[in-house]
Amino acid sequence: MSLIAIDSVHKRFGALEVLKGVSLEIEAGEVIAIIGKSGSGKSTLLRCINGLEQINEGRIVVDGVALAKDDKGLRDLRLLVGMIFQQFNLFPHLSAGRNVMLSPMVVKKQAGADAERVAREKLTRVGLAAKFDAYPDQLSGGQQQRVAIARALAMEPKALLCDEITSALDPELVNEVLAVMRGLAADGMTLVMVTHEMRFAREVCDRVVFMHQGKIWESGPPDEVFAKPKTPELQQFLGMVS
Amino acid sequence: MNDFSTWDIVRNLLLAARWTVGLSLIAFTGGGIVGLAILLMRTSRYAALRHLTRGYIELFQGTPLLMQMFLAFFGLSLMGVEVSPLFAASLALTLFTSAFLAEIWRGCVESIARGQWEASASLAMSYLQQMRYVVLPQAFRIAIPPTVGFSVQVVKGTAIASIIGFVELSKAGTMITNATFAPFTVYGMVALMYFALCWPLSLYSRSLEKKFNVAHRH
Repeated sequence: MSLIAIDSVHKRFGALEVLKGVSLEIEAGEVIAIIGKSGSGKSTLLRCINGLEQINEGRIVVDGVALAKDDKGLRDLRLLVGMIFQQFNLFPHLSAGRNVMLSPMVVKKQAGADAERVAREKLTRVGLAAKFDAYPDQLSGGQQQRVAIARALAMEPKALLCDEITSALDPELVNEVLAVMRGLAADGMTLVMVTHEMRFAREVCDRVVFMHQGKIWESGPPDEVFAKPKTPELQQFLGMVS
Repeated sequence: MNDFSTWDIVRNLLLAARWTVGLSLIAFTGGGIVGLAILLMRTSRYAALRHLTRGYIELFQGTPLLMQMFLAFFGLSLMGVEVSPLFAASLALTLFTSAFLAEIWRGCVESIARGQWEASASLAMSYLQQMRYVVLPQAFRIAIPPTVGFSVQVVKGTAIASIIGFVELSKAGTMITNATFAPFTVYGMVALMYFALCWPLSLYSRSLEKKFNVAHRH
C-alpha cells in the first residue's frame, strides 16, 4: 500500500480550477520531484496533501487514513507529514534550538530535556549543532532553511513535503540545503519536492512528475523524463529550464 | 465661608486622584483580560464568533463612553440591580477598554506573516497553540507601544465616572470648586495632575516605540 495516495483531486480557488483531477501514488521511501511552470498547480498539490488547502473533490489517503476536514484529523495527519517552505518561516522570536523544540514539547508533550536532546540531534544532522542558541536573523538563508528541516524532522514525520525550498536562497547557499536533502533521501525518508533544481531531480529523485495546467502531464524515472520527454509541453519546459 | 489653603485643595485633589489611578488600573486590567478573550474570538475561524465580537467592538467604539457609563449605572438600576458608582464605572470602563484593546491587538495579530501560521499548522499545532506560542509572542512586541499609548485614553476616560457621582479627580475638582469658588486654581491643578499621570505614559510609549523599531526581535 502506498504511503500517500492522491485520487482524482480537484481544487478550485473561486472560478479558477488549479488542480483538475490529479492522481498520484507515493510509496514509502520514494523521492519525488514535481516540476512544471509556475501556475501549473504543483505547490497547490503539495499544500493539499497536508491540508493547508482543502480539496474540492477527490480523495487523499496518507498512511491508510483519509485526509480529514476537522481540526483534530488534520493535526493527526500533520504528525505524519512535515512541510518545509520556500521562505523558511522560522519563528523569529525563538532561537534555532527552541524552534526545533517547540512543537515536540507543545504538541507531543515531550519533556524539555528530551526535546532538547532531539533538537540537538536534528540540528547536528543538518550541520548546525553550533547554532542551537542563534536566532533566525543571525543565520544565513541556507542555515535558516536547514533549521526548518531540523524542525520538521524533530516531529519524526513519515514524509516531508518541500515547497521550492531552495528558491529563496542565494545560489551559493543552495548546495548546503540540497546536501541535507540528499542525506535524507539516502536514509530512506519519503520526500515530495516541488523544485526547480533539475540536476538535483535527475540525480536524487526516483520519479519526476511534470505538471501542466493543473494536471499530471507526464511522469516517470528521471532518466526517461529528462532524456525522452513524450509531450511537446515537457519538451518546451525542459528547453526553458536547461 | 471657610477659607481653604492651597495645600487643602492639593491634598484633597491628591486623595481623589488615588481613585483615578485605581479606576484606571481596574479598567486596564479588566479591559486587558476581556480584550484578550474578544481578540481570540475576533480572529477565530468561526464566522459567528467573528461577527459577534465585531458587533461588540463597533458598539463600544461607536457610542460615547458617557452613554455607556449612564447605562451601566442607571440602566442596571432600572432593571432592579442596584450598583455602586464604583462598580458601574469599572464595568463601563472595562468594556470600553476591552473593545479598543481587542481592536488594537487584532491589528498586531494580523500583521504576523501568514507563513508563521502555516509553519506552525504544519507542525500539527492547534489554533490555541499557534496563538500562544507563535503568534501572540510576536504580536505582543508590536502591541506594547500602542497599548501603553491607549492607557492614556483610559486615564482621561475615568473623568467621565464623575457624571455618575463617583468621586475621582474631576468630581473632587467640581466639589472643591463649589466650596472655594476658585475654578481656575482648582481646575488648573486638576489638569496638572492628569498631565502628571498621562505624560510619563506617553513618554514611555514613545520610547518603547523607538526601542522596538531598533530591535524588534528577541
